[in-house]
Amino acid sequence: MKGLLKFITCGSVDDGKSTLIGHMLYDAKLIFTDQKKALELDSKVGSRNGMLDYSLLLDGLMSEREQGITIDVAYRFFTTDNRSFIVADTPGHEEYTRNMAVGASFADLAVILVDASQGVLLQTKRHTRICAMMGIRHMVFAVNKMDLIFYDSARFEEISRQIKMLAAEFDFESLYIIPVSATEGDQLTEPSSNMPWFKGDTLLHYLENINVTDNEDSDGFYMPVQRVCRPDHTFRGFQGQVESGTINVGDEITVLPGKEKAKVKSLFCADKKTDQAIKGQAVTICIDREVDVSRGCVLYKDMSLSFSNMLSTSILWMDDKKLVEGKNYLLKLGTKIIPAVIMKIKYKVDINSGEHVPADQIYKNEIARCDISVNEKIVFDEFLKNRELGSFILIDRVTNMTSACGIVRHGLRRSENIIAYDMEITREIRSRQKDQKPVTLWFTGLSGSGKSTIANEVEKRLVAMNKHTMPLDGDNVRQGLNKNLGFKDQDRIENIRRIAEVSKLMNDAGLIVLTSFISPFISDRESAREIIGEDNFFEIYLSTSLEVCERRDVKGLYKKARNGEIPNFTGISSGYEPPVNPALIIDTDKCSVAEAADMVMELLFERSFEGE
Amino acid sequence: MSGLSHLDSLEAESIYIMREVAAECEAPVMLYSIGKDSSVMLHLALKAFYPEKPPFPFMHIDTTWKFKEMIAFRDKVVKDFGLDMIVYTNEEGVEQGINPFDHGAAYTDIMKTQALKQALDQYGFTAAFGGGRRDEEKSRAKERIFSFRNKNHAWEPKNQRPELWKLYNTKIKKGESIRVFPLSNWTEKDIWQYIERENIDIVPLYFAKERPVIQRDGNIIMVDDDRLKLRPGEQIERKMVRFRTLGCYPLTGGIESTADTLPAIIEETLKAVSSERTSRVIDHEETGSMERRKREGYF
Repeated sequence: MKGLLKFITCGSVDDGKSTLIGHMLYDAKLIFTDQKKALELDSKVGSRNGMLDYSLLLDGLMSEREQGITIDVAYRFFTTDNRSFIVADTPGHEEYTRNMAVGASFADLAVILVDASQGVLLQTKRHTRICAMMGIRHMVFAVNKMDLIFYDSARFEEISRQIKMLAAEFDFESLYIIPVSATEGDQLTEPSSNMPWFKGDTLLHYLENINVTDNEDSDGFYMPVQRVCRPDHTFRGFQGQVESGTINVGDEITVLPGKEKAKVKSLFCADKKTDQAIKGQAVTICIDREVDVSRGCVLYKDMSLSFSNMLSTSILWMDDKKLVEGKNYLLKLGTKIIPAVIMKIKYKVDINSGEHVPADQIYKNEIARCDISVNEKIVFDEFLKNRELGSFILIDRVTNMTSACGIVRHGLRRSENIIAYDMEITREIRSRQKDQKPVTLWFTGLSGSGKSTIANEVEKRLVAMNKHTMPLDGDNVRQGLNKNLGFKDQDRIENIRRIAEVSKLMNDAGLIVLTSFISPFISDRESAREIIGEDNFFEIYLSTSLEVCERRDVKGLYKKARNGEIPNFTGISSGYEPPVNPALIIDTDKCSVAEAADMVMELLFERSFEGE
Repeated sequence: MSGLSHLDSLEAESIYIMREVAAECEAPVMLYSIGKDSSVMLHLALKAFYPEKPPFPFMHIDTTWKFKEMIAFRDKVVKDFGLDMIVYTNEEGVEQGINPFDHGAAYTDIMKTQALKQALDQYGFTAAFGGGRRDEEKSRAKERIFSFRNKNHAWEPKNQRPELWKLYNTKIKKGESIRVFPLSNWTEKDIWQYIERENIDIVPLYFAKERPVIQRDGNIIMVDDDRLKLRPGEQIERKMVRFRTLGCYPLTGGIESTADTLPAIIEETLKAVSSERTSRVIDHEETGSMERRKREGYF
């Protein structure tokens, strides 16, 4: 009897994946009588002409049955006289591609369905590419619905050519193309009398006999450490699964990342003391000296593993939120979880043609090539050499969503790192790192109109949202940067220019800036707008009247100005030019500080946070 | 791929999962339901961390309607292995006299689902191992190994997290929790063969024996105590029966069988024409009933 075969069925929606498996199980008498009875009952409820709807054997979720589609992977177990199988039946809808990828990561072989009346579709190609990326080496293309094209051999040949062209892009170990009808049962478990021209195996027979054992067996041993077992001070063992090779008591192993060496003192396979453990076994390894080993370390011997903080990868993006350069994620590889940044998106793969298309953002269900840097050097291997140390997932640090799965193509050496690090660190990258769009909120209005008070309240709210901010006002600018400036016209202009330039630099650093200056003249504010940039400059006009401001007179300045102690005081001895078209007007005589801050936050949500 | 047998691979996979949870999750617990799957899961947990004891407590949700032999077996297991076992009962349900005869589906909800949620909340567990297998039922076949529950313990089948290779993402927010199914890829047959190979002790109810039973609504129900009131026409008979699954005795149908040894049970399982859940009275209601309960927080 052959070993277990894990396979998936995939392909476009309505190509008949669930029906194919359901019908095969039914014909091979591999379902229980109560399931058969339930199928016959369920089929009668509004199904196709009272015929058996074999897909109901697999589509187990209520919404799947209601909509007649597969949403999530279903795992079915069956055993024939010759082999045991686990099949993951995956959804065809593009929307649920990530669930298809879940199935692909689990399988050794893929059965991709192609609708004979439609030929190879975009989704067929997408699934083929994902299967190839995720390391599936054995492919079966089932050209389904042959009954709809009257079992036409010429049409089958034509589709076969399309498939072979597609498959030629990849390096599959085996490829089998077979004409079937999932609803009628042709060529599933018995040779079809409708297609005497087809001389190949039935689908089931082919699956029962294919050999999927991988031949490239690297003999070296390695084991990522899952946990340290310390029941008491006399015992310290490292637990994990042997991912490659064999390990014996007495062997010398190396621990990465420390590169320290030690000998295996004792070895447990699960709870049994043993002298040797082989690939696949869950073991506990004790060594003969004190070496720094913790979860995420890798023990190995007789092989070379790579070690870097920069990886060249291929990823499948699965998150609704798009991927952009500079964003920060958690990366899980082996048993190591580590902060990571997408440094560079090199290109995305055109699903249809396979061409490499330049891209700076990646959307859900797209495949892309990108360079990822991790916080510290990690142990990895190329996916093609070692699946377990060559595959990873990216986890969103806020939502905890598994945003992407990926494979390591190769590590980037130091020289390559320099080139990669040499990439331009732009304002965009700095802002994405802070997860925000940097803007300048320019509060303008009379002395006492509430600029600093509101800016202060808004800043508190931004910080509470994890945003990064910096306020600029008379207190922190006049004393230092502008301490050599007086109140003459040219000094006043220079004062605003410097504030605008500093705001721009801080925006470039990725910060949200809140400035609180009277800035009474349109021309000064317009030049600030020019320096900071139209898109990032939000002019917020505090229209509180002179009467109210003077009544408040918090600092006693109006009194002094009225007494002639302060020359050129705005509102008294100098004019204020209200903005013509400000982003927001707030009269603090008519609203509370909290309400004013609400208005500013609303503006930010509308104009700045949107799309984040 | 590897030189391991099918059972060895399954064992290694389950152990890997348990170790990941122990390493990454804040407050794990292992649900123990006394049945054969729980017995296998416990056996694997004892192996996974050896020579350390499993680094988490075990918990049994006691509906007060389990077979007497199950409770006796549980207490023996706790003693034999020195387990930290929490036994939780929804006392409010007991006070209200909620029982499987009068309250039907509400009984399952109150004494099992609600009780489980209460217990998980009370102890603040962030991850709970369960013995569910994908081959049991159609909505289970759709379940990930790591299954995420929101603050209300509800399952959102349309929005499950992708689970790739064996890179389990265990990150959750406060209040959320994970149900972990280390036996996902085992079949009923695998469970029996493993029990035989590893010589795992199981509740004697799995073996055929002459037992006092009645016929009720097409099921063979064992009269385990005098809380079961006979309906007109019902008669207690003594029959050779055994149970394929175990739960609350009034809700668990037995099968007529003479299989009183493990090889005989395996033989019978291989030839079975009905799936094992046919013997669970609560699953019969309608298609999708299991999924509905799972959405509500049932295991």
